[in-house]
Amino acid sequence: MNDYLAMGGYAAFVWPAYGLSAIVMIGLAANAWRSLKAREKDLARLRDQLP
Amino acid sequence: MSSFFNRLANPTRFVRLATAVLPWTALLALACLGSGLYFALFDSPADYQQGESVRIMYVHVPSAWLAMAGYSTVAISSACALIWKHPLADLIAKSASPVGACFALLCLLTGSLWGKPMWGTWWAWDARLTSVLILFFLYIGHYALLHAFDDAQRGAKAAAVLALAGFINVPIIKFSVDWWNTLHQPASVSKMGMPSVDPRMLLPLLLMAFGYTFFFVTVLLVRVKGEILAAKIKALRLGQLQAAQ
Repeated sequence: MNDYLAMGGYAAFVWPAYGLSAIVMIGLAANAWRSLKAREKDLARLRDQLP
Repeated sequence: MSSFFNRLANPTRFVRLATAVLPWTALLALACLGSGLYFALFDSPADYQQGESVRIMYVHVPSAWLAMAGYSTVAISSACALIWKHPLADLIAKSASPVGACFALLCLLTGSLWGKPMWGTWWAWDARLTSVLILFFLYIGHYALLHAFDDAQRGAKAAAVLALAGFINVPIIKFSVDWWNTLHQPASVSKMGMPSVDPRMLLPLLLMAFGYTFFFVTVLLVRVKGEILAAKIKALRLGQLQAAQ
């Protein structure tokens, strides 16, 4: 296991590359989803106020 | 075909279609990324020269492709916005640009992490690296122009012009490794049907590339849908204000 995590001595480069990719992509998806949900809520509230 | 696009350009229809398509693109993204990661990290060989560091390729190359595909999306929808004034085209350009910028940033960061052990340097001012950095700056400029005007339409127009002018950079990136002597290695997947890369490396690379593409499409659809709703909210608020007066 430790041998695998060491990535043949390149652990300090391989894991940050995967980690950064995961952080940025999860952030992108979460941000897009959150703002869509917030707008759906706003829109529903506005439509309720309509006569 | 053109009537298909005309019908698609209707925001309400687009929202309905996006809502129907979204779960499938999300599922495909997860499936491709999951299997791609498995092969990339557990079931692909180390490179005979680069050792295990070659695994960075599976996140670096797809992010580079998506950085360019994202910019192409921005440029093409900007052209549609300028020429045909499609109501959706501006929203697509606006939604795609930050996503593409994130992929350009990932391409630069993962490239740097690959360059340090392989070339002995985090960064070099060579043609490929510099042209991708310019791509990242073009994305930043696009975002800045979009938000630089009080009148959103003027901002969209200025940003569209920048996106089109900057499109010249995309082929420059693509061919930079052939036109100039660079540190960067040439494309591994260039000859259709006969790439110069081990099939056991090609499989995770392609899976990750499809995964990134479906991810991009999913996030883009969610963002465009959000923009359409934002436009509706704005119109409703304006109506309320006018009714109150």
